[in-house]
Amino acid sequence: MIKRLAKCIREYKKYTILTPLLVSFEVILEVLIPLFMARIIDDGFEKGDMTTVYVIGGVLVILSLISLVCGVTSGICGSKAATGFAANLRHDLYYKVQDFSFYNIDKFSTSSLITRLTTDVGNIQFAFQMIIRIAVRAPLMLIMSVIATFSISSSLALIYLLIIPILAISLLIIGTKAHPTMKKVFSTYDDLNNVVEENVSAVRVVKSFTLEDEEERKFKKVSSKIHNLFVKGEKILALNSPVMQFCGYLCIILISWFGAHIIVESNGTNLTTGNLMTMFTYTTQILGSLMMLSMIFIVVIISKASGDRITEVLNETPDIKNPEHPVSKVLDGSIDFKDVSFSYIKDEQKLVLDNINIKINSGETVGIIGGTGSGKSSLVNLIPRLYDVTSGDLFVGGHNVKDYDLKVLRDEVSCVLQKNVLFTGTIIENIMWGDESASFEDVVRVCKLAQADGFINEFKDGYNTKIEEGGTNVSGGQKQRLCIARALLKKPKILILDDSTSAVDTRTDKLIQEAFKKEIPNTTKIIIAQRISSVENADKIIVLDNGKIDAIGTHSELLKKNKIYKEVYQSQVKGSDKDE
Amino acid sequence: MNNKHGFEIKRGTFKRLLSYLKKYKFRLILVFICILVSALAGALGSLFLQGLIDDNILPMMENSSTDYGPLMNALVVMAGVYIFGIISNYVYNILMCTISQGVLRDVRDDMFVKMQHLPVRYFDTHSHGDIMSRYTNDTDTLRQMISQSMPQMVSSLMTIIAVVFSMFYLNWILSLFVMFFSCITVILTRKLAKKSAKYFIKGQKSLGKVNGYIEEMLNGQKVVKVFTHESISKEEFDKLNEELRNVSHSANKFANITMPMAGNLGYLEYLLVAVIGAVLTSSGSSIISIGTIISFLHLTRSIQMPINQVTNQINSVVMALAGASRIFEMMDEEREVDNGYVTLVKVVEKNGKYKEAKEGIWAWKHPHHDGSLTYTPLKGNIELNGVDFSYVKGKQVLHDISMWAKPGQKIALVGATGAGKTTITNLINRFYDIEDGKIRYDGININKIKKEDLRKSLGVVLQDVFLFTGTIEDNIKYGNFNATHEDVVKACKLANAHEFIMKLPNGYNTMLTGNAQELSQGQRQLLSIARVAINNPPVMILDEATSSIDTRTEKIVQDGMDKLMKGRTVFVIAHRLSTVRNSKAIMVMEHGKIIERGNHEELIDQKGEYYKLYTGAFELE
Repeated sequence: MIKRLAKCIREYKKYTILTPLLVSFEVILEVLIPLFMARIIDDGFEKGDMTTVYVIGGVLVILSLISLVCGVTSGICGSKAATGFAANLRHDLYYKVQDFSFYNIDKFSTSSLITRLTTDVGNIQFAFQMIIRIAVRAPLMLIMSVIATFSISSSLALIYLLIIPILAISLLIIGTKAHPTMKKVFSTYDDLNNVVEENVSAVRVVKSFTLEDEEERKFKKVSSKIHNLFVKGEKILALNSPVMQFCGYLCIILISWFGAHIIVESNGTNLTTGNLMTMFTYTTQILGSLMMLSMIFIVVIISKASGDRITEVLNETPDIKNPEHPVSKVLDGSIDFKDVSFSYIKDEQKLVLDNINIKINSGETVGIIGGTGSGKSSLVNLIPRLYDVTSGDLFVGGHNVKDYDLKVLRDEVSCVLQKNVLFTGTIIENIMWGDESASFEDVVRVCKLAQADGFINEFKDGYNTKIEEGGTNVSGGQKQRLCIARALLKKPKILILDDSTSAVDTRTDKLIQEAFKKEIPNTTKIIIAQRISSVENADKIIVLDNGKIDAIGTHSELLKKNKIYKEVYQSQVKGSDKDE
Repeated sequence: MNNKHGFEIKRGTFKRLLSYLKKYKFRLILVFICILVSALAGALGSLFLQGLIDDNILPMMENSSTDYGPLMNALVVMAGVYIFGIISNYVYNILMCTISQGVLRDVRDDMFVKMQHLPVRYFDTHSHGDIMSRYTNDTDTLRQMISQSMPQMVSSLMTIIAVVFSMFYLNWILSLFVMFFSCITVILTRKLAKKSAKYFIKGQKSLGKVNGYIEEMLNGQKVVKVFTHESISKEEFDKLNEELRNVSHSANKFANITMPMAGNLGYLEYLLVAVIGAVLTSSGSSIISIGTIISFLHLTRSIQMPINQVTNQINSVVMALAGASRIFEMMDEEREVDNGYVTLVKVVEKNGKYKEAKEGIWAWKHPHHDGSLTYTPLKGNIELNGVDFSYVKGKQVLHDISMWAKPGQKIALVGATGAGKTTITNLINRFYDIEDGKIRYDGININKIKKEDLRKSLGVVLQDVFLFTGTIEDNIKYGNFNATHEDVVKACKLANAHEFIMKLPNGYNTMLTGNAQELSQGQRQLLSIARVAINNPPVMILDEATSSIDTRTEKIVQDGMDKLMKGRTVFVIAHRLSTVRNSKAIMVMEHGKIIERGNHEELIDQKGEYYKLYTGAFELE
């Protein structure tokens, strides 16, 4: 994982190396300062030697200024390295995801990909900066300080060797004890958010059934659970500070006692009073760095999960790639399914489409009818190679879809998806997705075809009307018509409408179909629909059931011989006649 | 979402936050005392160092005495002081976590309870992400402040005060110098922090932009692929990504500089104190003993950390107060008012008079001004009379709507999106209040009926089904908590849901999570019908209940619904006209007005809008 992530440092390598170097300098200087301070005390105060005071004082001022410069530059470099690293990570992730096939996307799910690109990268950035700065600083400070104390008095320094492991182990125990509880806290937070989320989005249901009290009870239960867990976890963590203080105070008392002995017994030759004071300074530094180390420990643990999740995406190989010598032209709009089977998870046992054989001629209009889960969308998603067939072959324009250049294929096979989206931007910008170089006349032409021109002109800003995020300011039917216009602008050889007129009223639906017939007679049109009226005029209608073809035929043929088709027709036309 | 986060703090926020602490008055006093003790112990420790050298070590060296008794005594006293300090430190830490978590729970619970009583209008006009973030981001900043920043600031301030006193006790000239130097440090670090905060806010905005872009593109990833837009979306992303990198570098830079700046200035201060001390002593203007200078230096070191902490915490306190403002803002939203006094009770009939009883039929209990009481049996008679309504003042969406539904009748509303069909149902169950006209339920103006009871008497099935986390049985019982398992099964059988439930591995105990996405749309709709069935309301509203179900499944759902509709007053909204054909009356709506009304045959004969809609849908040879 670390190796994979480190690859993203790239141009920020310089800063990544410079930062810990500068930090090390700063630490060395910081450790030297108290050592010199002891001389000021001993020479200046005890002996009254003012020249030494001035000389050493001057040296120290310079040292601390250098240390200041090192500290500040390391801060700047650290920030540069960390933010740059994060930007590279996001870049790599985003590019990777753009190359993903539908199969890859489904595997991760969109929401999880979003979290990985945002929250997880944020965590890693934080941890990275911590590692190149604090994780260098704290242990170095610890080691240098201990060495410095040994240079002053090895016997007194032994006290630290005794206390440091005790403190380190206690901090570690506290950390590991608290960690599972805190982890539970965060998963309970998810439960809490879930209750709130449910109540916010289902407010009408809650109010209709007057469930307010019940929901309150539920919320308070989760809320109390968080409270209890949190208190439990924090009570463990509350030990941190007293344990630190205990060790710190113990050091001071022990050093005072043994230090006094050494000074008195050697009459100030083995240890001076100035040295004693320096020892106290190092006590603070040593304890401080231990505290930092325990903090880093926690941060690294938290960010490890994020790192794993990012690497998972980076290591995923897109499962649909361009062939080596791609075919760069789609001849016509003919489609040929030969023994095609398909499974979303590439498992022969869990087939969504089972042994499909269909031949569609260029320019035909084909309707597809079937219940939810019968495999209608899966079938058409194979044509622009959004998924690869699990077995069998699929030909478009006489060539296997796997032989085409992906861009060429998808430009010629225009697909209006069932779950369609418009993007933030104006209407014209959205439609131009179909063709960047299209003229305004082209845009108007396709909008007229899709019966969208009328309502677009009713908007105050016409084609320049802004679409809000998620397309909330247009109705469902309007959105569908805009999506159809967008797909038409590509001038495709094959046009697929995956239940794309469900929210359009029947009259407009009819108009769209008539326009298709008149304006784009040579384009192969595949229409998935719930309404029989949307497909009844098609050249052939495919009835799908449970991933298998139940029947193929024209409206009148199917009405005569196909049971499913007849059933659907009856339910739509006769509807509730039986009640009368 | 982030860019919507303001950093405004409303007046009185802090005071209001304090009111949550009232409950913990005594514990807070204890905390305060403990912090004081702990800070004092720290300061005394530094003073003790002076005594150690001046009173013990130096005299012993001069007298070459080896009597360690006094030193031992001093150390024992000191150890005692330290132990006090450590204990109080632990005590206040423990107390603080119960207090802060308690306050947070109270704030959270209050917020939720308040939210539950907000009118539907609030949820319709506020983004859900925005509401959610008050529970997550804003409470989190509050937690940071109460459990970390506040105690740290108090303890730091205490330490600063104690240290400053000790300093002045030791030597006032050096103390003045330390004060002066500390002020410079504080001003410098504050400046840096402010700069950093400025860029931090910018960074949040930029991050929000990048997140927004990622979210939009990934959600539309399939469209991106279909339109082979990958390279354009990559370019666009790189631009935003670079902008974010720049801004977050600036924010980070200033934050990173603060620590080494403060730390190294601390060292500078430290050694200047030593030099000044030496100068003062040698010049004879002020004699400072070694012990004094050592403990003074120790104090100088120990004042720096709390000063840095206070400066650091100011930002998080500001952020938390801004978060608290947003939380309180939601709490202060006007709650749904309910002045209804007519309630639903069970009655039995005796000699033409109604009497309340445990078992019996439902009736409206209507107290009158003169103190008398009348009982009206619940029938399901709905009457709208000249109703006007607008969501936003001045933009009227319903004009003079009048209609009647007698008990057991089925009334259909048809028309284009935005014609006002759903709005009418929102008015009947009083999610919104009408502007003009009257709505009567069994002859009683619905304004007089207690909302809770009014809604209980109306069953609603919506196009989008919402199921809650819990078992299937739990979900159905939402309709009626007193229902037994047998009632649940009965309701499910009625709604045609029993069969598929029994096919699930855990039957009625199957856990549903995340709005039950694992069930098909049709199955979820069947559950929502069962949920209404168990409540057994006399009036039902079906708002596009079968629209997003494919036609084969619809048959089963429709069948379940037909069984349920028998004998009830039903309002049905549908765009598939087949579902409304057999209605008693069909209202055709356009732009908030009823333009045609009548039964199917009458409307067909009229050859108006309904005829056009109907023939458009069923153009048969």
